[in-house]
Amino acid sequence: MNSKKLNKFLTDKFGDKIGNLFNEIILSFITSLWFMILMFPIMIIKVNTIDQTIIWRWHNLIYIGAGSFVLSYLWRKALKLKEMKSRTEENSKKSFSLSESLSNLSESKFHYPAMGVTLLLFILIPVFSSLYQTTVLSSALIYVMLGLGLNIVVGLGGLLNLGYVAFYIVGAYSYAMLNTHFGLSFWVALPIGALLSTVFGILLALPILRLRGDYLAIVTLAFAEIIRLILQNEGDIFGGPSGINNIEPPSFFGFEFGLDGKTVLMYYIILFMTIFTIFVIFRLENSRIGRAWQALREDEIATKSMGINVTMTKLTSFALGATWAGFAGVLFSAKTAFINPDSFTIWESVIILCFVVLGGMGSIFGVAIAALILYILPESLRAFAQYRMLVYGISLVLMMIFRQGGIIDVKRKHYKLPDNIKAD
Amino acid sequence: MQLEYFISLLLGGLAKGSIYALIALGYTMVYGIIQLINFAHGEIYMIGAFTALIFSTVITYTMPDTAFLINVGISFTGAIIFAAAYGFTMERIAYRPLRNAPRLSALISAIGMSILLQNYVLLAQTPDFLPFPSLVPNFSFLEPIEYIVSSNQIVIIVTTIIVMILLTLLIKFTRVGKAMRATAQDKTMAQLIGINVDKIIAITFVIGSSTAALGGVLISSNIGQINYYIGFIAGIKAFVAAVLGGIGSIPGAVLGSLILGLTESFGSGYISSDYEDAFAFIFLVIILIFKPEGILGRKDNQKV
Repeated sequence: MNSKKLNKFLTDKFGDKIGNLFNEIILSFITSLWFMILMFPIMIIKVNTIDQTIIWRWHNLIYIGAGSFVLSYLWRKALKLKEMKSRTEENSKKSFSLSESLSNLSESKFHYPAMGVTLLLFILIPVFSSLYQTTVLSSALIYVMLGLGLNIVVGLGGLLNLGYVAFYIVGAYSYAMLNTHFGLSFWVALPIGALLSTVFGILLALPILRLRGDYLAIVTLAFAEIIRLILQNEGDIFGGPSGINNIEPPSFFGFEFGLDGKTVLMYYIILFMTIFTIFVIFRLENSRIGRAWQALREDEIATKSMGINVTMTKLTSFALGATWAGFAGVLFSAKTAFINPDSFTIWESVIILCFVVLGGMGSIFGVAIAALILYILPESLRAFAQYRMLVYGISLVLMMIFRQGGIIDVKRKHYKLPDNIKAD
Repeated sequence: MQLEYFISLLLGGLAKGSIYALIALGYTMVYGIIQLINFAHGEIYMIGAFTALIFSTVITYTMPDTAFLINVGISFTGAIIFAAAYGFTMERIAYRPLRNAPRLSALISAIGMSILLQNYVLLAQTPDFLPFPSLVPNFSFLEPIEYIVSSNQIVIIVTTIIVMILLTLLIKFTRVGKAMRATAQDKTMAQLIGINVDKIIAITFVIGSSTAALGGVLISSNIGQINYYIGFIAGIKAFVAAVLGGIGSIPGAVLGSLILGLTESFGSGYISSDYEDAFAFIFLVIILIFKPEGILGRKDNQKV
């Protein structure tokens, strides 16, 4: 019996309200039974073939049953709501939502003082927080930069780049090698690292840009893995699996700093670079090239017919995305003073992608906030850290199904025709 | 000596390619029907292997008297059934609501599903490598040449050939196969002539997941250990194989897998074993740049 027949049978018998309730309960019950069977071997039985033991965790069965009963109900409710919402949106375009008020907020006049306060807060943080917290925040800001850079490629350009970490590697290794082999200082290496990364981005993009979206994703992933394998295996040049250490931290006009001072200095450099990134991307977003990226994301063929050079536009998006990864890479190796290939796995790209997707593809503030929260939360809540990737995975799926726009949904630019102009 | 080394590399490559083929079949079928790179397919392969490990361990420890063949039978069947169920559930949760969404949304959802399943097994089981029991009987007639070819390799190659023939027959000659081909060509039209498209897609996922699980159990039994991460790289390589052969084509997937397996085997045997994993990726990049439709695939033009 399929679900529609069941629903009709129940509503005929018990009336609309109670019938629907019964129907929901039966459906949830079936789902929970299904999950209890499905997850039985992996969740209940834990085998250890090294110690030759089997642990039976029967209590998990109750959690699965109860959890999937509730979640299945919520799931159907959410799907129904989504369907209803898309239907009402077709009828009347006007609807009020939290995201809209949030994105309105970022356009209103209120936004400059708010930005000033946030900036002041970030500047003052090292003064009243511990060294550890400052370090964590520095790492989080590097991820903000990476997220914003990937946002150019994925969010604005609509090119799914799963190998973003490759450009991060180029930045990190170029400073590490320029510094340890040639003694170049941080300030000289910073632009060089970014430039190398950009060049690398262009070289990589040239052959693959004509590929379709999903193929592009998988080829970029392959490139990142090839580069990581090269780093891992060429011990003479890149230090192999043990990587490169003793990378100098940045200096500042010849001042000498203690360990604390160096950490704080690093924090300010990273903060400055992050603000610089936000500023540049903010300016880029509504520029000619930024509009071209967004047009490309929405419809490639339409963009082409508007006279935009698609290849060039894609290339700039790829290359500019790579530039920021290069900056972030140099900052990363200056901050940690030690790098090895293990810091640059595929999962690093995927995590950055999570920040972009959850923050809202194309939204600068959304991505920045998502990266900050999603990086700091697992760092500060150790109990949560274990479930970090699990939660990322679930939220990627849920976001795609229920809220493709992310936390902060970017409104498409649109112009209103004045009333006196009427189309014939 | 040289010849024996060559033959052992050849058979090793064929066995490896056969495993890739078992995974690639699922990739290619799913891609053929809904144009989705099912990133989580490798995870299904891993879950299949884990389920078999759990079943066979429980049987060995609690009922040590059970005959070996019964143990093997239950483990394989269990792995296939559960992996199929996971594939079915995954399609229902993560892909069905996105049927009409942009392609990239479904792809990101698939990446999310892959992370989710990996970490689910990591948290519920263990992050460590676990020894995997040998679930393939040893053929005594192979003993004199055991250093060249193992029973495992023979079983893997034969199984793949059988599965490929069965799948080809299924798609060419049965009602379900016909419906699958119709759905792959045009979903709306298929619906109009009374094909339940949702059901056909679910069946595709179930078949793909079962062959992946079969491959997972066979290779784990050959290698002798598993952990939660084995699915990812295997999945990517199988995808490469599917693209190499021409995605959407079943003989193509097998051909591509065998080419990839042999390249890896000879490459690591004669050139350098450090870069064994890189061959697949280099292959992928070259094919996609020069011949994106693959060896046996058909070129399709992008429609507005």
